Amino acid sequence: MPNFIMSYLGSKVTPGEAGNQFWALIYVLIIFAGVAVAVLAMNWIERKALAHFQIRLGPMRVGPHGLLQPIADAVKLMLKEDIIPAEADQFVFWIAPLIGLLAAFTVYTVIPFGPSQAVSDMNIGILFMLGVSSLGVLGIVVSGWASNSHYPLIGALRSSAQMVSYEVAMGLAVVSAILMTSLNATGTGTLSMIGIVQAQQQQGVWFIFKFFPLGFLAFVIFAIAMIAETNRAPFDMAEAESELTAGYHTEYSGLRWSLFMLAEYAAMIAVSSIAVTLWLGGWMRPFPNLLHAPAWDFIFSLFPGLTFLGLAAITFVGVARMPSQSFFKIQRIGLAVFAAVLGFIALLLLVIAVAGRSADTSVAARFREGIDYVYWFVLKVAVFMYLFIWYRATWPRYRFDQLMKIGWKVMLPISLGVLIVTAIVGVIFS
Amino acid sequence: MNPAMNSAFNAGMAPVATPWFFYVLAGLAVASGVAVITRRNAVHAALALIVTLLSVAGLYLMLYAPFVAGVQIIVYAGGIMVLFLFVIMLVNIERSSKERRFNRIWPVGLVAACALMALFVSAIVKGKALFPDRGMPLPESSNTQQIATLLYGEAGRMGQYTFAFEIASLLLLVAILGAVIMTKKKI
Repeated sequence: MPNFIMSYLGSKVTPGEAGNQFWALIYVLIIFAGVAVAVLAMNWIERKALAHFQIRLGPMRVGPHGLLQPIADAVKLMLKEDIIPAEADQFVFWIAPLIGLLAAFTVYTVIPFGPSQAVSDMNIGILFMLGVSSLGVLGIVVSGWASNSHYPLIGALRSSAQMVSYEVAMGLAVVSAILMTSLNATGTGTLSMIGIVQAQQQQGVWFIFKFFPLGFLAFVIFAIAMIAETNRAPFDMAEAESELTAGYHTEYSGLRWSLFMLAEYAAMIAVSSIAVTLWLGGWMRPFPNLLHAPAWDFIFSLFPGLTFLGLAAITFVGVARMPSQSFFKIQRIGLAVFAAVLGFIALLLLVIAVAGRSADTSVAARFREGIDYVYWFVLKVAVFMYLFIWYRATWPRYRFDQLMKIGWKVMLPISLGVLIVTAIVGVIFS
Repeated sequence: MNPAMNSAFNAGMAPVATPWFFYVLAGLAVASGVAVITRRNAVHAALALIVTLLSVAGLYLMLYAPFVAGVQIIVYAGGIMVLFLFVIMLVNIERSSKERRFNRIWPVGLVAACALMALFVSAIVKGKALFPDRGMPLPESSNTQQIATLLYGEAGRMGQYTFAFEIASLLLLVAILGAVIMTKKKI
């Protein structure tokens, strides 16, 4: 048994490809825990950032700077009474949040955090991701119907119409990126998520910059469509709170409601990682081909540690700026402990980066490599997650007819044109 | 874990195509397929149909046809079923659930089902002569590429099914135009 567990450690493929269920399960658990923590953090950051956009303070009371607010919210939601309306369709009402959650979390099996840092590498990876993430809308549609109430039903109808129309433009944008993967010596493209990133590595360019502005246009179309797909502002017609109270989840409360939120944020991370994989070079650090000397490798491998060091420094500034009344004593100690934890993580990452700087096959070198890959991938996804908040704070909600007009009359023709021109340019220049 | 399984894992063998997966998926497909035609509530029937489609996608995966499985999920489970539910939600379920479910053409349906069944049985009985024993051993990694080669050809040569594929796409285009013209009075 230990042999079976250890045998994977030296390999350079994903656990799914190596047929190692044990490590696949470990990866699944790590990803699940990571996404759950990311959703909690995202919850706090969204409230804080939105508040600061509107010159408010945001949550300040629960923990220093409201850091414990998401945990308090989670506890509240779990303890809240779980109400199923009497006229609702019990079974469908019960299963709807689970459909959304399953769809949102299943796609994480193929997200490539690194060349071997994924649960599995399917050769239909991107197809699988698009397909399964499009199943998430079933949860929304079915929940709106099962509530047996007007607002949820309208929200569900809007959501399904919106999802179906934006999926077309999204799919065409993805196809134009997949076309670019075939512009190599063998002339064979790939649908595998890991293969798509490796194709960008071989061609020495992120697909967002390939055939400028074609790659960029496809990326912009995808970036717009993915907001519509995840029902986020300014396309959050399905839960437009000023018109439909809360849209499809009006009748939900407590834990079931929180499952919807969890699914929404997990889906946001998932579509962001599709965009990162297809256009922004996935796990690759900036300029991997141009600056490929070992010294550059070392400098870039310091980034994870330095990021955490920066976070720790910001937190220490927060400790120093805390009011000096005795009322804030516990909060100050708590924030100082948090800063110390961040500093410890930074130290650990820096030690790993220094210990594994030679490109041999030692455990430290492997760890450093893995941390680098995951760091750059997560950083790129984090930029998208911040953009989601930024959009929400900046733009007012679209009207439904405007939404449909943009989807069918602007984005679809542009994405078709980009696809055709990409194919022509690809044939000419290959 | 027994030693035989252990060695199988170490050899890198992916134990996907076990009979248990087949029985579970096939049983799920049949059970939910029966539920589709017996549920009085149209939304329940649609949900059961989604389960059927997904388990058939799983069967395609077991046959080493990942591309077909992916397309099945995207097109049927993701796209068409959302439209189905969209339409069903606009129908008055209270009234439609009280209507007679099986109307007078059921003998025709029975005959058709029996004929299809007979076709399948004859294919299984005579199958040894008609088809190779295990089918073409498709390597999983190039299934999508093989489909592309058959449809579009490679290295300047026309594929085996290019003509049929183009005809089918033309037919679909005509159908799309027809749908637009029939629904829109003024274009």
